[in-house]
Amino acid sequence: MAYSDKVLDHYKNPRNVGSLPKDDPNVGTGLVGAPECGDVMKLQMRINPQTEVIEDAKFKTFGCGSAIASSSLATEWVKGRTVEEALTIKNTEIVKELNLPPVKIHCSVLAEDAIKAALADYRKKHGQEQPTASQPAPAPAD
Amino acid sequence: MALKLPIYMDNHATTPVDPRVVEAMLPYFTNQFGNAASRNHSFGWEAEQAVETAREQIAALIHASPKEIIFTSGATESDNLAIKGVAEMYREKGNHIITMAIEHKAVLDTCKRVEKYGYQVSYLPVNKEGLIDLEELRRAITPKTILISIMYANNEIGVLQPIEEIGRLAKEHKVLFHTDATQAVGKIPFDVEKFNVDLASLSAHKMYGPKGIGALYVRRRNPRVQVSPLIDGGGHERGMRSGTLNVPSIVGFGKACAIAREEMPQEMERLRGLRDRLLERLRAKLDEIYVNGSWERRLPNNLNVSFAYVEGESLLMGINDVAVSSGSACTSATLEPSYVLKALGVGEDLAHTSIRFGLGRFTTQEEVDYVVERVVETVSRLRELSPLYEMAKEGVDLKSMQWKTD
Repeated sequence: MAYSDKVLDHYKNPRNVGSLPKDDPNVGTGLVGAPECGDVMKLQMRINPQTEVIEDAKFKTFGCGSAIASSSLATEWVKGRTVEEALTIKNTEIVKELNLPPVKIHCSVLAEDAIKAALADYRKKHGQEQPTASQPAPAPAD
Repeated sequence: MALKLPIYMDNHATTPVDPRVVEAMLPYFTNQFGNAASRNHSFGWEAEQAVETAREQIAALIHASPKEIIFTSGATESDNLAIKGVAEMYREKGNHIITMAIEHKAVLDTCKRVEKYGYQVSYLPVNKEGLIDLEELRRAITPKTILISIMYANNEIGVLQPIEEIGRLAKEHKVLFHTDATQAVGKIPFDVEKFNVDLASLSAHKMYGPKGIGALYVRRRNPRVQVSPLIDGGGHERGMRSGTLNVPSIVGFGKACAIAREEMPQEMERLRGLRDRLLERLRAKLDEIYVNGSWERRLPNNLNVSFAYVEGESLLMGINDVAVSSGSACTSATLEPSYVLKALGVGEDLAHTSIRFGLGRFTTQEEVDYVVERVVETVSRLRELSPLYEMAKEGVDLKSMQWKTD
């Protein structure tokens, strides 16, 4: 399978790899996917509670090159946007930007879900209403 | 010596043709181009002689008689001919076939096909080592059983089934025994007499011969086995496989067998040494790597390992100057991880992280060391990127997590 140059670039030089303290009230964490499916994305954002601007974003992804590229791109796109703006990011825009083939569209869907899940987590911490996250972050079982 | 890139380490998929094989084949494209079935001129005689020599070379490698070798287009056709051919020929005797969950698709899909024609097929499971249970096989045999089809060496994990015991059991119950020996022949000793094999599928391109040529071994005595042909026509190959013989490829196949027979003992030892070196060096630098399938009962050139927390396709992407293959779903069109690993009970999470290394005649120690270096570097980098590795290191039990799945 041939990868687009943009996928290769994100794979080789992933942006914003890492973790933010997940107990920080201003950090929202989204963890989506499942190891059995071959894709797990963790996306974290630090949000300024006054301005609701996403000041920092970090990710870690277990998955194929397209999954890594989709989440790396997602962190680039959310940084500097407000929560409301970030919620409008659509998976189709990721597909377009990275030239993902049809078999890899699920990677972009997962990235969109990760953004929504992270923001839902942030809003939950702040006692706000849940945005319409299609996939809430899973919690460890007891 | 400078390393030549990319490195090929996927010898279960196919092998390069040995230069000695190419050399043997060449005259049969040009000067000696005759049809082996032409009985009345020297062109035909020469071709026929070349085919018969090849038949002897192939038979000698598997301890068969030359007349028991039926040329086909490859192991897929041989598997089809064995199963469909026996099913049709022995229809009066019974309608039950026994096979195994981790067979190659050429066997599994052929069995699925004959099921549609009213045959019954039992698919034996394997244990976590990838081996069948002989007692289970014994219990599966019924008075209606006409064929047991169990491979010798598996194409993904290289695991070797207890072929001698299976052969004995089949003989005891007067059931025909077919084995897909594609990955084994030319790599490790294979003896149709010792193993009581009645039918065996072979392929040239897995043993440094050309693609598009293979054979089905069909036993001629004790018992005399017959298969109905898939392809009708001029009655070539004792009526079991019509079609003008592919003389240059048959010559190449024969030469490949002669070389294998000569060099197998040293080659096995050399490859086992390199393969063990590969695993030892990976283990020295990386934690949490798991060998899939039995380590003791395995082809000497196979290594199939899961690198926990690193998805297979992303690993392949990182080692793009090394040709290996992965059991990850992302490398297949079906988005399902390897059915072979699944049958062993390897969790889908680990199946997604599996890599198959297939060493071969032209693999060098420098190549092995380079591959180790690249794999270690890439796995380490991708683990830094993996939320699962991070969570595992924090002590989170990934198995007890409630993952949101579609």
